[in-house]
Amino acid sequence: MTQLEIKREAVRKPFNRRRKACPFSGPNAPKIDYKDTKLLARYTSERGKIVPSRISAVSAKKQRELATAIKRSRFLALMPYVTA
Amino acid sequence: MRLYESVLIARQDITAAQVETMADEFAEIITSAGGSIKKREYWGLRALAYRIKKNRKGHYVMFNLETGPEALKEYERIMGLNEDVLRFLNIRIEEVEEGPSIMMQVKTERPTRGGRDDRDDRDSGDRNVGKAESNDSADDEKSEG
Repeated sequence: MTQLEIKREAVRKPFNRRRKACPFSGPNAPKIDYKDTKLLARYTSERGKIVPSRISAVSAKKQRELATAIKRSRFLALMPYVTA
Repeated sequence: MRLYESVLIARQDITAAQVETMADEFAEIITSAGGSIKKREYWGLRALAYRIKKNRKGHYVMFNLETGPEALKEYERIMGLNEDVLRFLNIRIEEVEEGPSIMMQVKTERPTRGGRDDRDDRDSGDRNVGKAESNDSADDEKSEG
């Protein structure tokens, strides 16, 4: 079983990139909080848009949580809606 | 009785002492209705990300409350009438966070408003892991595009 996996690893095509794990899942993942603007800012573009999960690799469940947190943060003027 | 988190932004022109007395009044609404204040934080005069009613800065106050729906409704009504309150947000929470919130941690770490670059190295370990991953994703984006 293990041998088979090693073999597959060796013949992996260069474009076949490994699926990245969700940054909010796992044992010491950060908690999504609307007050933590520094963390949330990493998941927004330079213009202040929310980065799609297909780019940030955040899981669907956590992406929903993240989106609400960013929106709350915007409402309280902790984060911008738009940056010109 | 439920747990709520409440944040309010007060006008920049009033003093910190005025904010405190105002916050006391709001807290009084909750306590007189049988609720309790679990946590209270004053985040100070912060710069707003955008202008609200021509204000560029605002005093932030956060409460963690345990109260019923009627008292909360009244609390929201009074805050809405108060012209010194620019904005407020009340959300339901499952539990009261232990210790001061992230906002207070940032403030105590750097009492003076310094540059942004000195914040990174004082961050906790697990946060840096997340950062490394997000950097990876940014690289991926570039190479794919």
